[in-house]
Amino acid sequence: MSDRDVATQGPSGLSLFLYKTKKSFGTPMPYLAFVGIGLWLFTYWLLNEQLKISPFNKIPGPAEVLTEWFSQDPIWGTSLFTEDYWQNIKASCLRILIAFSLATGLGVPLGLFMGWSKKFKDYTFPVLELLRPIPILAWVPLSIVMFQSFEAPILFLATLASFFVTTLNTMLGVQSIDESYFRAAGCLGSKRRHVFIHVVLPGSLPFVFTGLQISIGVAWFSLVAAEMISGEFGLGYMINASYMVNKYVTMVMAMLTLGFVGWITSAMVRAAGSQMMQWREKALGQGGA
Amino acid sequence: MAQATPNTQKSKSRIGKLVSNVTFWRGVVAILVFLALWEIGAQWKGWFGYMMPFVGKVAPPTDVIAIWMEVGQQPGYWLSWWLSSVRVFVGFLAAMIIGIPFGLAMAVNKYFRGIFFPPFEILRPIPPLAWVPASIIFWPTTEMSIMFITFLGAFYTIVINVLGGARSIDVQYLRAAQSMGASQWDLFYKIILPGTLPSIFVGAAVGMGITWEVVLAGEMMSGGGQQGGGGLGFFIWGSYMGGVMDQVIVGMISIGVAGYISSSLIRYLGHVCMPWRRMF
Amino acid sequence: MNTASAQANSTSSADAATKGAISIRNVTKIYDPDGVNVLAVEDCSIEIAPGEVCMIVGPSGCGKTTLLNAIAGFHSITSGQIDLDGEMLCGPGKPLADQGADRVVVFQNGALFPWKTLADNVAYGPIVQGTMTKAEAYGKAVDMLAEAGLSGVAGKYPGEVSSGMARRAEIVRALINDPKVLLLDEPYRAMDALTKSIMHESLLEVYDRTKVTIFFITHDLEEAIFLGDRVIVMTTRPARTKKIVDVKIERPRDYRLLSSEEFRVLVEETKGAVHEEAVKAFEAGERELA
Ligand SMILES: Nc1ncnc2c1ncn2[C@@H]1O[C@H](COP(=O)(O)OP(=O)(O)OP(=O)(O)O)[C@@H](O)[C@H]1O
Ligand SMILES: [Mg+2]
Repeated sequence: MSDRDVATQGPSGLSLFLYKTKKSFGTPMPYLAFVGIGLWLFTYWLLNEQLKISPFNKIPGPAEVLTEWFSQDPIWGTSLFTEDYWQNIKASCLRILIAFSLATGLGVPLGLFMGWSKKFKDYTFPVLELLRPIPILAWVPLSIVMFQSFEAPILFLATLASFFVTTLNTMLGVQSIDESYFRAAGCLGSKRRHVFIHVVLPGSLPFVFTGLQISIGVAWFSLVAAEMISGEFGLGYMINASYMVNKYVTMVMAMLTLGFVGWITSAMVRAAGSQMMQWREKALGQGGA
Repeated sequence: MAQATPNTQKSKSRIGKLVSNVTFWRGVVAILVFLALWEIGAQWKGWFGYMMPFVGKVAPPTDVIAIWMEVGQQPGYWLSWWLSSVRVFVGFLAAMIIGIPFGLAMAVNKYFRGIFFPPFEILRPIPPLAWVPASIIFWPTTEMSIMFITFLGAFYTIVINVLGGARSIDVQYLRAAQSMGASQWDLFYKIILPGTLPSIFVGAAVGMGITWEVVLAGEMMSGGGQQGGGGLGFFIWGSYMGGVMDQVIVGMISIGVAGYISSSLIRYLGHVCMPWRRMF
Repeated sequence: MNTASAQANSTSSADAATKGAISIRNVTKIYDPDGVNVLAVEDCSIEIAPGEVCMIVGPSGCGKTTLLNAIAGFHSITSGQIDLDGEMLCGPGKPLADQGADRVVVFQNGALFPWKTLADNVAYGPIVQGTMTKAEAYGKAVDMLAEAGLSGVAGKYPGEVSSGMARRAEIVRALINDPKVLLLDEPYRAMDALTKSIMHESLLEVYDRTKVTIFFITHDLEEAIFLGDRVIVMTTRPARTKKIVDVKIERPRDYRLLSSEEFRVLVEETKGAVHEEAVKAFEAGERELA
């Protein structure tokens, strides 16, 4: 058969990346992005630091924030070169790591079983659906009373939020697996545990990772809220504490840092997903069936 | 053999109904067990003299229902419902009015997207709640700042969904319409807009959930505010400060119900607007 | 009763084959989703000899897949009995057959696990059944893929290869289990004519080598006659056998057969029967709508 010759090795990861980057510079997109971000910063600067128009000038402008951020000797006491900045980042990241791991460790198995066994779903899903509409923030007072410590309620809130998302998406993932894979596994002589390991688990991965993407965003969302309301460290705390003592520059710095760190964590989840789903990456990359 | 079918038909349809009920009854059992465990856990101290960890500090369901009956007669409680609903509604509506055209514009024009998408993507990872203090500084009244973060919460979700929905429209439709002589406006109005409708509704449903989440935070953090005041978030926070824990749970359930009603409403609207599609 | 004699056609293939006799006797299947009964198969009987290539054709929705699913153990039958080599698969007191690797299905849309490479897919059966170690299974998988002309793509994922290659790999995945019967449900439906003819040759080549019993559902009459020892034309729903066409054409066959007179005659003969049923099915559909 002539197909045998078709099978050559595909381009490696790095060269593909370089090729794509090079190709994208051939389009106007990167330049437009540059213009867009520049325009946005310029408007912000113009309204805020140049024209000093009323509500805009209440918030620190871009130049002020940037100089402070990179200053060795920050006016308001916090910058890239001070220890407390990094301490806050570290505190938040550690909490996210714990909460996200807990939520994934509990939510993925629970969701897998819920999708796999109708009976198990019948008994667990209603309780989950009963609790899910309650916003995470509404749990704040209750969690403080229940755990009576500083750290535990914060972790509880962030975990709870991402737990719901992960569980639900995992369950949907199992339910989305095409029936014919189960049948194929069955007629190849699989036992129930083989079906679980070789069909349920890999087949639900795409949904699981979509869920984890959302879940880590939700974890940050709740973590920030929890830290702002009760916390002694962390980026959410940094925002609220600087607001309380009118260090608005530090506050904006913390907000931007938060966005950046949050973005990195979700990029990490995405990368882990691509790593674990090579089969999907390759199929998409080749435009195959 | 064929004659036997009508008989089996009847008996089987009844069995079929019973089977579909099994799920329902299991759900009832699950919820009752959950409530019973909660009640027992919370009452353990009174009954057996030993405080259960975690659950022991929570008010039991019977207390919650009792106090709900009481609170339900106070106008302040219903005022909280009203205030929160208005904030959610205004923020949500603003997000729809600004978000949908913004998302559509990014979908149809690649230069517009090239310029506006990157700043949008830079700001998006900042959780809406991180904006609370900045928003309080910026806006003249607490009311407006709460509405602003409510808007922000729903805005990102709606824009992303509209953009994704409009861009996933099959190019073949566009080509087909173009080949039949459709103008740019026709393309937009007859194909892109209806094609995006499902994603708009999905975005709206998700956005609505976030909105309730955010409104609560805004109300809790602004401490009810001097001018703004009230709302279910403040109801919860005030009850907590006053040490009335069973009332905190009443607040939690109330806001859960409110959120559930609003997303059901969106789902219903989705059915009405798109009879050809079964959503969710 | 439409029982067909298995002896009638033991022309060329049955010489080597000793296993894989399927006996479908008076099988009836009634679906009832939410109490609405659909009589899909009624009192259907088919005898398939060991090593026979049995092609099933019939109007859309007549109950062909239902029959295949009953043999494979994907769903139950309402009455009747199905035996494999004299042992009951399903029948009175056991409406649902056990699924097993002695009857492997190749699906219409392909069901290679997209998350496993072709070699891993092929090696899957022996590994989960415990008949081979992982290394043995993998080695055999690679060998068998090479035999089917797929050596270069053994390490690729199904999404990376063409649908023709994927379908051939799926047949290899079935054959590695040394099944008694291969069940194929319109496996080449979505393919273009050229790919299809390559698929046919490759399947015939596999058959000549293994002499495995094949139960093959199709809508394509030329495909049916080109591949089969017997073509069974089903009636519209509920499915029964309407006509059985014996294809007494020598094996090995190749594409030149397609232009022979013998082939033409058989196609015409079958076409008449199928057309009659298709018209009935169409009119029944009109009645249901009215
Ligand atoms: N799970 C089911 N529940 C109810 N009715 C069903 C079910 N599966 C199939 N049917 C009905 O049974 C009849 C036979 O279906 P089957 O899939 O066996 O047909 P088929 O001959 O394979 O058709 P096609 O050629 O289109 O694949 C059809 O009318 C179909 O609507
Ligand atoms: Mg079929």
